[in-house]
Amino acid sequence: MANVLVNAPKTAKKGQVVEIKALIMHVMETGFRPGTNGRIIPRNIIEDFTATWNGREIFRMKMSPAIAANPFVSFSAIATESGTIAFRWGGDEGFVAEHQVAITVT
Amino acid sequence: MRAFASAAVLLAVFTGSLALAQSDGRRSGYQDMGPALQKMQDDDTANPAMLFVQAGATAWSEKAGAAGKSCADCHGDPAVSMKGVAARYPAFSREAGRPVDLEGRINLCRTNHQQAPALASESDGLLALSAYVALQSRGQPIAPPNDVQLAVLRAQGAEIYKRRQGQLNLSCANCHDDNPAKKLAGATIPQGHPTGYPIYRLEWQALGSLKRRLRNCVVGMRAEAWPYDATEYLALESYLMERARGMAMDAPALRP
Repeated sequence: MANVLVNAPKTAKKGQVVEIKALIMHVMETGFRPGTNGRIIPRNIIEDFTATWNGREIFRMKMSPAIAANPFVSFSAIATESGTIAFRWGGDEGFVAEHQVAITVT
Repeated sequence: MRAFASAAVLLAVFTGSLALAQSDGRRSGYQDMGPALQKMQDDDTANPAMLFVQAGATAWSEKAGAAGKSCADCHGDPAVSMKGVAARYPAFSREAGRPVDLEGRINLCRTNHQQAPALASESDGLLALSAYVALQSRGQPIAPPNDVQLAVLRAQGAEIYKRRQGQLNLSCANCHDDNPAKKLAGATIPQGHPTGYPIYRLEWQALGSLKRRLRNCVVGMRAEAWPYDATEYLALESYLMERARGMAMDAPALRP
């Protein structure tokens, strides 16, 4: 299980803009650095990050080797309905991490 | 309700920074950071060190070694048993007959009580556990033990701290006592109080111990870094903790 920290409000008013922050543990190895043996360490990064609200995509980000380890992403969304916000990170070497949080919209 | 909650958070942040302020002019590295980084450290879902804390919390209750015991089996709830513990190390271990730092203490527990292999210096496993233990001392004053058996070590640490070394012929004191708050290659020189270790250093993109930080400085003055098990680190750590006595812990901290 991947190590994830998500900060999203548990409740929001309808139409309110909410800030959602997601942090994940990942080495984000660039694929350009030589290891101690002189050989290039193969690239190992998160390629895609998506967030969905009740299944509807609200945020998508393509990541690159220039992004530091343990990427932290912050974005905003308009609260429309109660439900779950789901996050998915996918990357090299078959890396997949998923996390979800519940939100009540009144 | 929401306004009340944010007021409470503001108050907590405010009292937190008050606790870090010292009337004698000593400053934690936290106070030398910009407001953006301070906010990042204060927010437990934005501080990447908390990822390691999360891993440490899992490791705390995992059984390990031939004894089949977890940390929790002996120590129970760390919020109670580990409160203020990180603020007291390095300490003299009667069990081992030598001084140990927090990482060393964790490894003593592993080898003696869990009968598991010791965790390597700077390994994710050791850093995660020490971050989790250090978190329990957040806000606690640094209180090194008044143990005569540490006196020699502290004196040795003070000597190393003031001794010029390396090709640049610098001592720790040249920067951290004589020129703090000035700039070194664009970075603010901190007073060098170990309030927040292990720290997540943005430059490292990883969590690191005080040893790693000391090695960094030693290499920076172009001296040869001691091996990880050298007593020089323990000596310096003991001296630095004594020098920071009474300052509030803010571990696991974020530093540039």
